[in-house]
Amino acid sequence: MRDFSTEELDRYSRHILLGDVGVEGQEKLLAARVLIVGAGGLGCPAALYLAAAGVGKIGIVDNDVVEISNLQRQIAHFTDDIGRSKVESARDKMRQINPGLDIETYQLFLEAANIREIIRDYDFVIDGTDNFPTKFLVNDACVMENIPLSHGGILRFDGQTMTIVPGQSSCYRCSFRSPPPPDAVPTCSQAGVLGAIAGMLGTIQAAEALKFITGAGSLLTNTLLTFNAKTMAFRKINLKKQDDCPVCGKKPTITELVDAEQTTCDLK
Amino acid sequence: MTETMKAAAKKDCRGVSCPMNMVYTKVGLSKLTTGDVLEVLLDDGPPINNVPGSVQREGHEILSKHQLEDGSWQLMIRKGVVKK
Repeated sequence: MRDFSTEELDRYSRHILLGDVGVEGQEKLLAARVLIVGAGGLGCPAALYLAAAGVGKIGIVDNDVVEISNLQRQIAHFTDDIGRSKVESARDKMRQINPGLDIETYQLFLEAANIREIIRDYDFVIDGTDNFPTKFLVNDACVMENIPLSHGGILRFDGQTMTIVPGQSSCYRCSFRSPPPPDAVPTCSQAGVLGAIAGMLGTIQAAEALKFITGAGSLLTNTLLTFNAKTMAFRKINLKKQDDCPVCGKKPTITELVDAEQTTCDLK
Repeated sequence: MTETMKAAAKKDCRGVSCPMNMVYTKVGLSKLTTGDVLEVLLDDGPPINNVPGSVQREGHEILSKHQLEDGSWQLMIRKGVVKK
């Protein structure tokens, strides 16, 4: 067993006190590696909570710089960060919360050519992307590399999330076969989003990662959790792993990754 | 004191308030194997009122509890099966 310093025992005391986490669970967290895809609305709260929880290695991917319109919901970025790289801004906040962690930044677009190599270094992936092609790319790459992930999406007042354990539970493509046609679904920049729901959903994703690592509770596997913040109605929809899924089914037709066309509208 | 109550380890949590006394107790227990005994010294008041119940809720057994001359308490805990 690892010898915790007095400072670590103080810092993580509320985890250690939890029956389902305890000393052993905190050790697992400190040894765990989680990759966050997107340092935006979902990735920011997830990053802060994972850093606070003491996840030993955190990777964060994003190619963008902080803009003033991000600040309404991307909670790790501050006004002084406008113009800075999002991954560096998020890394600095994680370090301020918990200086002892190994934080890896990837200022790039995830693509078919680079994603598998990047995710291979991690135990769990949080999808906080803002576009369908990347969501499918992350799902397919995680299935191929056998890495569990949390899918998440938000728009207007709505959020949805599911947790995927490849080979065991329904993947994103089991239920949603392919990206919707361009402009069938508006982006946050077109349709708007209530800032606080980014925190609601991103922290659910962080909690799923912490549960996966520690083994506490049961995951949102084979379950799509949706909520609408106008009514605060939460709903769980049961999903099934599909034998004919093109990526995780019995006879997969997607056996290598290809970059889809960017189908999101580029309105600002 | 019977042979089975011989402590495999000891945690002196006198002067340590709640909840850190429970944190240190859990750290002590985590280093033992099921069936081993941990001796914990706790302050009178909230510590002795809270820690034994928390320890039991996690599946461990309180073998004995008695007050020492300085007013603090000696708690003997047998480590239970770790719940998953």
